[in-house]
Amino acid sequence: MELLKEFRNPIHARTLLDELHRITTRPWVIMEICGGQTHAIMQSGIDQLLPPQIELVHGPGCPVCVTPLELIDKALAIASMPDVIFTSFGDMLRVPGSHGDLFSIRAAGGDVRTVYTPLDAVKIARDNPDKEVVFFAIGFETTAPVNLMSLKQAINLGLTNYSLLVSQSLVPPAMHAILSSPQNRVQAFLSAGHVNTIMGMWEYPPIAQQYHIPIVVTGFEPVDLLNGILQTVRQLEAGRYAVENAYSRVVTLEGNQPAQRMIEEMYEVHDRQWRGIGMIPQSGWRLRPAYAQYDAEKRFSLSHIVTQESDICIAGQILQGLKKPHQCPAFGKECTPRNPLGATMVSSEGACAAYYNFARIREGQ
Amino acid sequence: MTESTYPVIEGAVCPLPLSHDQTIVMGHGAGGKMSQELIRDLFQSRLMNPILAENNDFGRLSIPTNQPGHLAVSTDMHMVTPLFFPGGDIGSLAICGTVNDIAMSGGIPLAITASFILEEGLAINTLAAIVDSMAETARQVGIPIIAGDTKVAEKGNADKIFINTTGIAWVPDSRRIGGQYAHPGDIILLSGTMGDHGIAVLAARGELGFQADVQSDIAPLHGLIGTVLQAAPHTHVLRDPTRGGVGTTLNEIARQSRTSLWIEESLLPVHPTVQAACEMLGFDPLYIANEGKLIVICPPEEAEQALTAMRQHAYGKQAVVIGEVKAEDPGRVLMRTSYGATRLVDTLAGEILPRIC
Repeated sequence: MELLKEFRNPIHARTLLDELHRITTRPWVIMEICGGQTHAIMQSGIDQLLPPQIELVHGPGCPVCVTPLELIDKALAIASMPDVIFTSFGDMLRVPGSHGDLFSIRAAGGDVRTVYTPLDAVKIARDNPDKEVVFFAIGFETTAPVNLMSLKQAINLGLTNYSLLVSQSLVPPAMHAILSSPQNRVQAFLSAGHVNTIMGMWEYPPIAQQYHIPIVVTGFEPVDLLNGILQTVRQLEAGRYAVENAYSRVVTLEGNQPAQRMIEEMYEVHDRQWRGIGMIPQSGWRLRPAYAQYDAEKRFSLSHIVTQESDICIAGQILQGLKKPHQCPAFGKECTPRNPLGATMVSSEGACAAYYNFARIREGQ
Repeated sequence: MTESTYPVIEGAVCPLPLSHDQTIVMGHGAGGKMSQELIRDLFQSRLMNPILAENNDFGRLSIPTNQPGHLAVSTDMHMVTPLFFPGGDIGSLAICGTVNDIAMSGGIPLAITASFILEEGLAINTLAAIVDSMAETARQVGIPIIAGDTKVAEKGNADKIFINTTGIAWVPDSRRIGGQYAHPGDIILLSGTMGDHGIAVLAARGELGFQADVQSDIAPLHGLIGTVLQAAPHTHVLRDPTRGGVGTTLNEIARQSRTSLWIEESLLPVHPTVQAACEMLGFDPLYIANEGKLIVICPPEEAEQALTAMRQHAYGKQAVVIGEVKAEDPGRVLMRTSYGATRLVDTLAGEILPRIC
C-alpha cells in the first residue's frame, strides 16, 4: 500500500499532466488495451484532465467481455448438470448468455461457486470426489499460469474429477486485428502491464515496426497511466514508433519464463471467436490433446447449444475502439449493469460499465 | 479378564426418549413442552424484563412523555455467515441494526422485538451464545426486548439461524429528520472509516485468501446521535450506511431530497487493512457494508459543533467532513477525485463481485 501511494500521488500526477499539456501539439488517438486501465482512468477521472487533443479509446482487454457467447452457453449448460460444481471468478456470474446467466442457474439449483483463485477450485474437487468440478478458466495471458497451475496441482493430487472450461485470449493477435481494420483510428497503444508481466515485451517490436505505431507498456495506477500516456505522446510528437516500458518496476523484456514454459507445455494456439468482434486467427489458447481429459468442452456432451446474441448491443465496435459506450442507443436505457445486454456492461473491466458507473454525468445522460 | 462380556442389566429397561438438549430438533418449534422449555430456559432466562414477565401474547409499552410526538418503527431480517466474527455476532448485529434504524429518526428507542427461525440441528450452545449476546447488547443500549417468536425449519430449509428484530422509538414532533430534508449548502459528515464490517465478515469466512486483521464496527448509534443532536439541533439527515455502503446510502439521500451530494475522495476515511483488502479484490470501500457508522447532514453553521461532538464520542472519534449538498444535478452523488476530476458515484448494482486479475 505504501508503494502504491507513490503511484497515486496527485502532485506527481499534476507534474505529468503539465508536461503533457506542454508537449501536445496535435490530436492523437491512443488505445489503452486493458479494461483494468479503462476503469482506473474513469475512476480517477484523468481523462478529463488530459490535453483536449488526446483521445483515449478503450480496447478489447476485458476477458469477460470477449469470452464468446457459445462458451458462456456451454458454461450455463455444464453448471445446470446434476453432480457438477461449477466454479468461476465472480465477474462471470452476471454475464448474459443466450438464456440467462450463472446467477440464474444458481437460483434454479445449480451448484455455482465463486472462487478467488482456481487453486480453491482444486480444493473443492479434492473435497468432493463424487462431483465433477469445473473451473471457468478465462482471461488473457495474465491468468494462464494460475489456471494451468490449478490443473497441474489437480493432476499431482491424482484428481480425476477436475476440468477446465478454457477461454484464453491473446493480446498481440487482437492488436493486429485492430490495426489492420480499414476503420482503424488507433495511433498508439498503452499495452497492458499485467499481460507483459507474464509474457515480457518481446512479441511487440514487430507490431510497432509493421504498423508504425508506438507501444508503451503501462501500469494501472493514475501516475503509471499518465507516465505511459506521456511516453506515448512524446513518441507520437517526435514521429517515433518504438516499444517502451513505463512499468519497469514489474515488467521485464523476457517476462516470466517458467510461466511461459508451462503455457507452452500445456496450451496450444488456435483460432478463436471474440464476442462482438468475430474470429481472430491464432488468437487463443486451448489445452493440448495430451490434456483432453481435463478439457470440459470435451468431457461433457454439449452438442445442443444454440446461441443467440442481443441484436442491439454494439459491444464489438466498442471493444475495437470504433465507438464509445454512450454512443450505443441502449446505453443506460435497455442496457444497465443490472440488466446487461452485453458483457461490456457487466465486468469490472468492461468499458460500458466504467462509463455507466463513473461518467454518465459527463455525457449529459 | 474374567468379567462377563454381556451388558449388566439393572431392573427393567424402557426406551426413554432422548432429551434433545444439545441441538434444535423439530419438536422445539411444535408449541408443546419442548417449545415451552426452550422459551423459558433459553430465551426468557436471558432476556427477562417486567414486560416479558407478564407472559402475555403481547408486550405492553408506555409512551414516556406527554409531549406531542410520534412513533418510529423499523424492522430488519438478519442472516450472516459466519454467525460469529471479529467484533460481533448475529446477536449483537440483530440488536444494533434495528436500534440504529429507529435511532436515525432522532427519537428515543423504546423497545425491540425478536423472532427466530432456527434450522433443525443448530447447537443449543450456539443459540445460547447468540441470545446472550443479544441480551448484553440490549442491556448496553438500555432498551427491553418485549416480544418474540421462535419457529424451527427442517434441516436445509434455513441456514442455522435467521433473526428478525423490530424496534420502536418515540420521536418528538419538533424533530424533522429524514433523507428528504437534505438541503443545498448542508455539510455531510461521516463518523469514521468505511467498510470495516463487510471486510471483517469476508475475512472471518476465510474467503479472502489472506489474513486481514480488521474488526467489525458493530455499535449502537443512538448515544452518538444524542450527542450530535445536542450540538447540532437543526440536523437534517441521519443515516447509517449499512448494506451497499456509504456510496449507496448517499444515492438514496440524493434521490429522496432531489439534491446532489458532492464528496471529496481525499477526505474519505478508510482503514489501511480494509483498503488493502479492497485493492486485492477490486472492491470499492464506498460500497462495503458498515454496522456502526453514521452519516450526518446538517446546516453549515452547525457543522463544526457536530464534528466536535462526534469526535468526543467513543463511536465517532474518527469523524470527518466528507462533502456538501448542492442544488445542481439533483438525484446524483458526485465525487471530486484526488486529481481534481469529477466522477459519478453510482448505487451498487447487485452483488459485489471480485475481479479476475
